[in-house]
Amino acid sequence: MKVTKIIDILKAEVLMNYPDENLEVEYGCASDLMSDVLAFANSDSMLITGLSNPQVIRTAEMMDISTVVFVRGKKPGKEILELAEENSLTILATDYSMFETCGLLFLNGLKGIDVNE
Amino acid sequence: MNNRPLKRYSYRIIANDFMVAGKGSSSIKSNLKSLGIDATIIRRIAIISYEAEMNIVIHSFGGKIHCDIYENKIVLISEDTGPGIKDVDLAMTEGYSTATESVRELGFGAGMGLPNMKKYSDNFEITTGSEGTRITVTVYL
Repeated sequence: MKVTKIIDILKAEVLMNYPDENLEVEYGCASDLMSDVLAFANSDSMLITGLSNPQVIRTAEMMDISTVVFVRGKKPGKEILELAEENSLTILATDYSMFETCGLLFLNGLKGIDVNE
Repeated sequence: MNNRPLKRYSYRIIANDFMVAGKGSSSIKSNLKSLGIDATIIRRIAIISYEAEMNIVIHSFGGKIHCDIYENKIVLISEDTGPGIKDVDLAMTEGYSTATESVRELGFGAGMGLPNMKKYSDNFEITTGSEGTRITVTVYL
């Protein structure tokens, strides 16, 4: 799914690096536990989280994840955005809850990760 | 037989420094990238290194991470100065954690650190005692 489409679906604000028209993600990975993200996500995932600290960006960096969505209207602080800029990450923020965010994206065709793979 | 690595990258990891945590792994990642190593291998090393780094930050008095590059493998060594892991078998169990509430609020302490390191490695060795914990992880190229 194109990240630009995700922005529309989630009525998201782009906090860092407006995505290229061609930037796509295949899976959604929603978690506030970064170790779970490290265990199960892949580089085609978009990270959806309510956690707002530098470790979110570090986790995305290690996984080669291109896009992170902060839910429930959370706005990450300056250090977090700077770290995202350093790593060329696209950062989105939506007012939807984690549940609504996942539901809307799933309904529109974004896939989940098979954690038993 | 020449057993010395072709290259070694080392980083000092400071206990309880959550703002900087991940920087060492980030440097390892960009160094491996500049060596032209396969992206999947780099991701595995980055995850292992990051979990090791978080473990040192959360649980230890401080330590070091070394990333040794050989012709056919990458060996990551994580060593800290204590206090050691009481029950390694328990610590290797997914979901088991001794992390405090404040660490959990950062998104860590889910009890996946050591299991994750093992999951992404080809070989995983751990020795621990009150003087420190040493983990040696190998990923073949």
